[in-house]
Amino acid sequence: MDILVCMKQVPDTETKIVINPEGTGIVTDGIKYVMNPYDEFAVEEALKIKEKMGGTVTIVSMGPQRATEAIRTALAMGADKGVHLCDDAFEGADSYSTAKALAAAIKPLSYDIILGGKQAVDHDNAQVYAALAELLDISHVSIVTQLDVAEDGKSAVAQREVEGGAREVIEVSLPAFIACQKGLNEPRYASLPGIMKAKKKPIDVIDLAKSGLSADEVGEKGAKLKIRKFFLPPEREAGKILEGEPEELATQLVKLLREEAKAI
Amino acid sequence: MEREWLFEEDHRAYRETVRRWIARELAPYADEWEAAEEFPMDLYRKAGEIGFFAGGLPEEYGGVGGDFRYKIVNAEELVGCRSGGVAAGLGLHDTIALPPISRFGTDEQKERYLVPGIQGKKIGALAVTEPNAGSDVGGIRTRAVREGDEYVIDGSKTFITNGVRADFYIVACVTDPGKKVHGISQILVDKGTPGFTVTRKLHKLGWRASDTGELAFENVRVPATNLLGTENRGFYQIMEGFQEERLLMAAGSTAAAQHCFDITLEYAKGREAFGRPIGSFQVTRHKFADMLTWIEAARRLVYHTIWLHINGHECNKEVAMCKIFACEKAVEVADMCIQIHGGYGYMMEYEVQRIWRDQRIQPIGGGTTEIQKEIIGKLLGL
Ligand SMILES: Cc1cc2nc3c(=O)[nH]c(=O)nc-3n(C[C@H](O)[C@H](O)[C@H](O)COP(=O)(O)OP(=O)(O)OC[C@H]3O[C@@H](n4cnc5c(N)ncnc54)[C@H](O)[C@@H]3O)c2cc1C
Ligand SMILES: Cc1cc2nc3c(=O)[nH]c(=O)nc-3n(C[C@H](O)[C@H](O)[C@H](O)COP(=O)(O)OP(=O)(O)OC[C@H]3O[C@@H](n4cnc5c(N)ncnc54)[C@H](O)[C@@H]3O)c2cc1C
Repeated sequence: MDILVCMKQVPDTETKIVINPEGTGIVTDGIKYVMNPYDEFAVEEALKIKEKMGGTVTIVSMGPQRATEAIRTALAMGADKGVHLCDDAFEGADSYSTAKALAAAIKPLSYDIILGGKQAVDHDNAQVYAALAELLDISHVSIVTQLDVAEDGKSAVAQREVEGGAREVIEVSLPAFIACQKGLNEPRYASLPGIMKAKKKPIDVIDLAKSGLSADEVGEKGAKLKIRKFFLPPEREAGKILEGEPEELATQLVKLLREEAKAI
Repeated sequence: MEREWLFEEDHRAYRETVRRWIARELAPYADEWEAAEEFPMDLYRKAGEIGFFAGGLPEEYGGVGGDFRYKIVNAEELVGCRSGGVAAGLGLHDTIALPPISRFGTDEQKERYLVPGIQGKKIGALAVTEPNAGSDVGGIRTRAVREGDEYVIDGSKTFITNGVRADFYIVACVTDPGKKVHGISQILVDKGTPGFTVTRKLHKLGWRASDTGELAFENVRVPATNLLGTENRGFYQIMEGFQEERLLMAAGSTAAAQHCFDITLEYAKGREAFGRPIGSFQVTRHKFADMLTWIEAARRLVYHTIWLHINGHECNKEVAMCKIFACEKAVEVADMCIQIHGGYGYMMEYEVQRIWRDQRIQPIGGGTTEIQKEIIGKLLGL
């Protein structure tokens, strides 16, 4: 099996997000970046498929220079090689122009299945896999919590989460994109021997020229949507405690609810 | 992390792994293990899977090579497991049991102990201390007599970390009586060898989850090939190991002091008395300033000495200074942090009291503060 995993480097989930004064993005200074947690499930599943059926696991990631760290982590977990879409032109992408770049990197590769996280925890769009599958003209199954690849590698049965805790069981022909959800597996750690081995594994860097795309198809220029503004929800103000006799309290409360909270 | 000049890319990547592993697999269960005075044995195997013991040990035997900075990373990150006992149980196998095998062992000994040791499948203990000889290593009495192809061992050991559950023991024995430090040898004894028994599991102020054992040897026969290193060079072999052990203890104590400082700072910002956060009282602020100064000074001294050590510079004085300063200051910091917590610091549900209990051993184990001062004094020609 030729297994691909789409992986993104994102701010650590424990990061305290601060919006820049212009409201155009977040302050990136001092942020620690990690592999998108949902992508960890994808890497783990890919490694399990490889262990069972043989083959290679290739990590495909678009991101700035620093994203190589996350690719190395996946290689240290046991993936075989990396493909890193890295060029200033790819910056500022939305889901669509990301999918476009990923598709360009993936098309020349041989693949039987593509895995990825159900969403990246930075922008939480959960759209890249659908757009990518469309561009590659393959099926996709989202929010997958169980996956069984058929012995011949030609199809897979995936369970996906639906409302109310119910499960949907889907049989899909391969290649397909599988968007992984928590619960699918327990991702392994990048072991110390794995970290040492990862240093020798190849990472193919693809810039704009190598991707075969033009600058206005990718990144911010190729994006279908533009982020106008970032803002945090207003901080909750301290509550008010009313004091007095019950009748007075009720009158005050109704007044406040009507005039201040405008709730009634 | 990039502020830290001592570590390289591989150490940083590895630190990420250990930190996550400890946060997910150890920290959530630490309180339970501390209360039970035991942690599950399969932690060693799980640690082995992430290569926890592999750092600084040779590749032929399952290590990854490099120097002992990986073990420094372990010592620092183990603070995050919230149990000095777990840190000691995993840590001492890593830092005092495996390195002597790697340094002095024969190929056969390395196959037998180092390979499964790195995998976490066989656990080791270093047994030096005796009821009547702690600081005075030259005063040990456990005797090993050579009879044909065997050593016959008689004696006892105490305070041995992993002493109850280890699979192999590196036992310091007198092989040439009357010669004191020139007549000691290290001999490997396997669990289950006839005549070798664990007489007691000891209960402790701190390091609760670690097992500390008392051992008895009565007419214990082991093959002469179980000698580790050179006969009658045992004392010097032990001292060689102490260099790194002391640096590891100093690094661990510094990290523990930092952690204790961090949680106390949070506490002092949130806790109010007389209508103000307690951290805003000048007396408290000054305590924080003092503590941070000690911690930073300790870290700089320790990192500098590690650098001297891995680059082959003589640094016996500096190692002793690290051991004294970092370990003493960690206890002092923990004590101050309890004071800042007020009555809460005395309660078992607050972590500062555990850090204080766990750190209290640090100026005692691995050569006491007084012994370190003796070392410096001697090196000064006094
Ligand atoms: C939790 C724990 C785990 C341990 N794990 C191990 C282990 O795995 N393996 C092992 O071999 N040992 C282990 N030890 C033993 C430890 O190394 C000794 O406790 C330590 O070396 C001190 O020896 P002692 O307890 O016999 O104290 P003593 O040597 O009796 O010292 C008592 C006091 O006298 C002082 N003193 C002694 N000599 C001098 C001197 N010349 N000048 C000035 N003051 C002096 C000491 O500094 C100390 O304050 C452990 C101990 C503990 C508590
Ligand atoms: C085992 C135990 C038994 C106890 N028994 C009793 C009992 O029987 N009855 C009872 O009523 N209480 C009892 N107490 C409570 C005890 O009296 C309080 O813990 C103590 O008064 C400190 O108060 P606190 O814990 O709220 O600390 P805090 O008042 O929160 O103080 C925290 C820290 O801030 C410092 N601080 C506070 N104010 C200032 C200031 N103005 N300037 C500088 N520093 C300041 C303190 O010195 C301390 O270091 C007990 C406590 C314990 C631990």
